[in-house]
Amino acid sequence: MMKFDLASHSVRELNQLLHEQARQLTEREWLVLNPGGAHSIACGIDQELSVTIDGHCGYYCAGMNKKAHVTIRGNAGVGVAENMMSGVVRVLGDASQSAGATAHGGLLVIEGNASARCGIAMKGIDIVVKGSVGHMSAFMGQAGRLVVCGDAGDALGDSLYEVRIYVRGKVRSLGADCIEKPMREEHLKELRELLARADVDADPRDFRRYGSARQLYNFKVDNAAAY
Amino acid sequence: MCGIVGLYLKNSALEPRLGELFEPMLISMTTRGPDSAGFAIYGDEVDERHVKVTLRHPDPKYDWDALALAARELDPQLAWHRNAIVAVFKLAADEATVREWLARSVPDVRIMSIGRSIEILKDVGLPADISRRFGLARMQGTHAIGHTRMATESAVTLEGSHPFSTGLDLCLVHNGSLSNYNRLRAKLRREGIEFETENDTEVAAGYLTWRLMKGDSLTEALKAALRDLDGFFTFTIGTREGFAVLRDPIACKPAVIAETDDYVAMASEYRALTSLPGIAAARVWEPEPAEIYVWERGS
Repeated sequence: MMKFDLASHSVRELNQLLHEQARQLTEREWLVLNPGGAHSIACGIDQELSVTIDGHCGYYCAGMNKKAHVTIRGNAGVGVAENMMSGVVRVLGDASQSAGATAHGGLLVIEGNASARCGIAMKGIDIVVKGSVGHMSAFMGQAGRLVVCGDAGDALGDSLYEVRIYVRGKVRSLGADCIEKPMREEHLKELRELLARADVDADPRDFRRYGSARQLYNFKVDNAAAY
Repeated sequence: MCGIVGLYLKNSALEPRLGELFEPMLISMTTRGPDSAGFAIYGDEVDERHVKVTLRHPDPKYDWDALALAARELDPQLAWHRNAIVAVFKLAADEATVREWLARSVPDVRIMSIGRSIEILKDVGLPADISRRFGLARMQGTHAIGHTRMATESAVTLEGSHPFSTGLDLCLVHNGSLSNYNRLRAKLRREGIEFETENDTEVAAGYLTWRLMKGDSLTEALKAALRDLDGFFTFTIGTREGFAVLRDPIACKPAVIAETDDYVAMASEYRALTSLPGIAAARVWEPEPAEIYVWERGS
């Protein structure tokens, strides 16, 4: 295992070493010490690495991740795993706002709570939050799944496209065009798989499903005459 | 963008080290605000018969000795000291008398802060330079709040820098921008609140001053601010007994809080807290939107 100490070296040096692994894989396991809330730790990895960050991180940790498994032993700042393409990012503490923003793929697991705008503009990522999420979560979400084992804040799924949202606790309010939908067998199956992948012990039957009413973003044929 | 930091000591054994613990927090937020910086430090408290006033004059060579001599008409036993470009006077007098006397005798002298404990020290420039100028690292006290500014709504001037005094021992620092401050300023002027700049935060400070003058508690005033202030804000409010934190309901502006048995610390970002002792074992969390958090001695 490669140990890298951010108390004595820069984030730029760390990320450069991680990026070089995409060309030639020489070290699969990485332990990052003393992150000290620095921004952009382990951004832009494009290799099957296992990276553990031992402490709280700043903004955009594991952003643009491809293939790697990144574990944060602490809290994550704004935009953890933003624009992730694939791989797994696991936050053992809480995540700040805009977790998993615009991400296209992969799995983001937040073992604590996520604050506002979790999964904003998500485009295919799966997000599993063991705790609760703040307001405007999955705002304008296009694709992927958001699973919340705790409660959701105001305006959940506002202006939603095709993200499927599962919430076990209370939803303070639904956003524009987001509605509750029936939980069919296919959804229970999907949710069971997601919870298992995230290693979260919860019963899919305790969750409710929310999705788009498809009234906002679909072209209305009534408007055809306007063109 | 701006940076905010606050440190409130629960363990009085740390009070001699307040400045030393607080300075790296302020300096770490330079990247969020390199234009100006300032802090309000609470300590060296005077008794209830006295008032402590921090004064500044535009002329760096201003004759503070002459002012101290003249001010003996208010209190023959007054104590005072100079700190870089400001002077701190401790007088056996009440706030109104001191304000009236200063306005009449030396209208060019600006009151930075007034109270029993507070000293507001701020200037234009890099946080590290300003800390050094005022000797922050050597200061003692119970708590401090600070601000590093990246100006957006108004000019980079001393007047636009934070903290803003909002009354006796009270001050405000702000990260964000307000949108309804022009109209609110006009309304507050009609209520008798005076403003010196075009700055949005000064309006928020004036608003709190006005609510507190009308008899609101700090919590009531902050609740009203959530209703009446439109815009983005994370506020930290210093009081004689501690500090309060409030974020607007949309909560675009960051804040993080850390608590141990020894202290409560807040900052715009976690990296401002990493130099604090025992931080690895601290409870660290993000304050909820539109929720008022208050830490005060005896509460």
